Amino acid sequence: MQAKLTSGQIALAAAKRIVTLAYEKKASHIGGALSVKDILAVLYADILRYDPAVPGSPGRDRLFYSKGHACMALYAVLCETGFFNEDMLNTFTADGSYFTSHVNHKVPGIELSTGSLGHAFGVACGVALAANRKHQSHRVYVILSDGELDEGSNWEAFLFAAHHRLSNMVVIIDYNKVQSFGTVNEVMGLEPLADKLRSFGWDTTEIDGHDHEALRKTFASAAESQKPVAVIAHTIKGKGVSFMEGKLEWHYKSPSSAQWQEALASLEQNNV
Amino acid sequence: MRTAFIDQLIKEATENESIFLLVGDLGYSVVEPFAEKFPDRFLNAGIAEQNMTGVAAGLAMEGYNVFTYSIGNFPTLRCMEQIRYDVCYHNLSVKIVAVGGGYAYGPLGVSHHTTEDIGMLRTIPNLTVCAPGDPVETRMVTSFLCNHSGPGYLRLGKAGEKIIHDGPLQETGNHFPKITEGKETVVLTTGGMLETATAYVRANNLPWGIYSVPFIKPMNEEALLRIGGAYAKVITLEEHQASAGFGSAILEGFNNLVTAGKLTRFPDVKRIAIPDMFVGYAGTQDYIRKQVGLHL
Ligand SMILES: [Mg+2]
Repeated sequence: MQAKLTSGQIALAAAKRIVTLAYEKKASHIGGALSVKDILAVLYADILRYDPAVPGSPGRDRLFYSKGHACMALYAVLCETGFFNEDMLNTFTADGSYFTSHVNHKVPGIELSTGSLGHAFGVACGVALAANRKHQSHRVYVILSDGELDEGSNWEAFLFAAHHRLSNMVVIIDYNKVQSFGTVNEVMGLEPLADKLRSFGWDTTEIDGHDHEALRKTFASAAESQKPVAVIAHTIKGKGVSFMEGKLEWHYKSPSSAQWQEALASLEQNNV
Repeated sequence: MRTAFIDQLIKEATENESIFLLVGDLGYSVVEPFAEKFPDRFLNAGIAEQNMTGVAAGLAMEGYNVFTYSIGNFPTLRCMEQIRYDVCYHNLSVKIVAVGGGYAYGPLGVSHHTTEDIGMLRTIPNLTVCAPGDPVETRMVTSFLCNHSGPGYLRLGKAGEKIIHDGPLQETGNHFPKITEGKETVVLTTGGMLETATAYVRANNLPWGIYSVPFIKPMNEEALLRIGGAYAKVITLEEHQASAGFGSAILEGFNNLVTAGKLTRFPDVKRIAIPDMFVGYAGTQDYIRKQVGLHL
């Protein structure tokens, strides 16, 4: 049993793993992995109830990771928190490995395979509904990307969860303002996003998605809400690696050896 | 068929507390008895079939055996990817029920003609694909799906289908229910075309065999082997596009048997199905079936 890590320690370790995996395995989606890592670090350090030795234990809180392409962040955090070891993680994208480059439920700690956007939210609604019907107290978290709010299925789920008062549910939007082929504003603007979600019946908060204290407070107070809770987390794509921040190209590129070294140094320097 | 389905579902749900029914804002005058009896295991998910299928997957992850119910293409083609990825990849106990198979909603137009579902759904791993031939088979298949772990698809007709089998079936589970044995020629049907085949063979006093095939996938290859050994001519009849449907599944099944050396002679197969077309005019189910050539 390893000593309990702080969210800051998890975030920094995960960020280093993300850039290293992207470099070693020539993987894409480094930008979206770095934007969401603080959200995941706070959830796994301070909020979620789970036992890495029994990933499917009935009383666990469920996390549905809809932005499955940013798999490196979740794999890295699950590795840091003891769901599997580094050797397993290092099979990432290798022939025959369950560590596919969109999250796979065959990996311990992953509730649902995703990768096609707009799927996990509906499934999470079913899980939250089941908890209500069975009078169970575990909570259901969903992490969405901003770009995937283009998918109509997510809006079906926003309607559904509010109508059925699934107050055991927290949806977090990793709002890094960049999507696959342009900025969110260029491709399909979401603003005013908070107003939209409030008008849909969601208890909605906007925060800095890299501020661990703000994330902790918001998640902790979500339990008090009588409505489903939406957290719009304003984030920066590529956060922590100065030359990647806000750059569309890091949705696709993997770092060269020199860029990898520079990224590691940048993460240390920015002390994310 | 839909009444037989809901009656059987209620019967099963009385003993099996895992059964949950989700409807896509449809089922008026059909599903109310279930909703009244099991309010904790019923939900109208609204006109949002993609979300309904996701919700079904989530409920199934938590131990429910979930039936999603809507018309034709809505719980199926509309949400193919939720079926493929959320339900079937995770091998969850979600049973998709479509009413109005084929041209059961003939006058309502192409939106309501359910004529590509079998072909599209039977390519998906883990999914059991069923189209019972009459209310008796509907009860048997519903009971099977209530006790089956994993995904399933149930294609139903609508209302008023004739009962073809006298009394309950002798056998349950995946088999070919027999109407009559014959010589030389056999008709294999799936779904509501059973009535058409039976009426034709009886009216013309033909010495043909007739079997219903309510389970299209997995194909029962032993039953198919017996048919292939006993009959030189096989006619398949379905209310579905000719491409990738039931007749195609029969051809594939015979091919597998011949390739594996279990069947020495490939039977002469004649497929009767929809010839790759939409029907853009109104018509009763009988009218459209005749127009597109769904007859012996
Ligand atoms: Mg984005």
